[in-house]
Amino acid sequence: MPFSLDTYLGIHPDALKLQSKRTEVIADNLANSDTPGYKARDIDFRAAMASAGSPDAPVKMTTDNPGHIAIDPNTDASANLKYRTPLAPALDGNTVDTQQEQAAFADNTVRYQATLTFLSARFKGLMTAITGQ
Amino acid sequence: MSSFKIFDIVGSGMSAQSVRLNTVASNLANADSVSGDPNTVYRARHPVFQAVKAQVAGGGSASAIDQASGTSVKVKGIMQSNALPTERYDPGNPLANENGNVYAPNVNVIEEMTDMISASRAYQDNVEVLNTSKDLMLATLKLGT
Repeated sequence: MPFSLDTYLGIHPDALKLQSKRTEVIADNLANSDTPGYKARDIDFRAAMASAGSPDAPVKMTTDNPGHIAIDPNTDASANLKYRTPLAPALDGNTVDTQQEQAAFADNTVRYQATLTFLSARFKGLMTAITGQ
Repeated sequence: MSSFKIFDIVGSGMSAQSVRLNTVASNLANADSVSGDPNTVYRARHPVFQAVKAQVAGGGSASAIDQASGTSVKVKGIMQSNALPTERYDPGNPLANENGNVYAPNVNVIEEMTDMISASRAYQDNVEVLNTSKDLMLATLKLGT
């Protein structure tokens, strides 16, 4: 069958996965806004999307031995999980800037909803094609 | 948002902040609890927060970012302040010692008030994250309808 649902949905499922990961990372930062020594982190979204979207991502790990643990290339964004450059680190070593995190969280929420809208439209298109109405 | 980990993170943040609010309440309530003995007088308490890595259920197949994110917060312990209690001459007080002195707790009320505001703001942040994540998950459930 020539039709693939994965191809039809495009980049959006990957984006949704990555955005939900980013929600978690920012929630980590906000939960630890008063923890001494905690360093705020964020996902480098552009780089993570680039490696999730292209089939020939720059560096790929393969498994050629049954003992190896496979890595899902779509969710392995660990290389893109980076520490934030602190604007004003606290004396106790904490680098969480609550305002910055709130802004990032709002930004991520809107992007997540946009991706949901895109996916929803794809499904609607599919339903129209199926039902022919 | 897989496996509802975000609710664990936000929940740990909320409970840590409410412990902090509890210690503030305790410190403010006892700000005037004087004693005749500097060793038994109330001492200000403050929680110490620590970041903890969430345990990945199942293990093995979890991707690196799954292990890297999911840092919740826990209260490592409650620390008592070592600042000296304030000595005050008050011979009329029934708790005064033989020299007529009473000892007031080393609670700094201004510090406690700012701590309270900080804790309540941080709690609100966590509630906001919880509500938004819940809305996003519900919207994801309705995807395609």
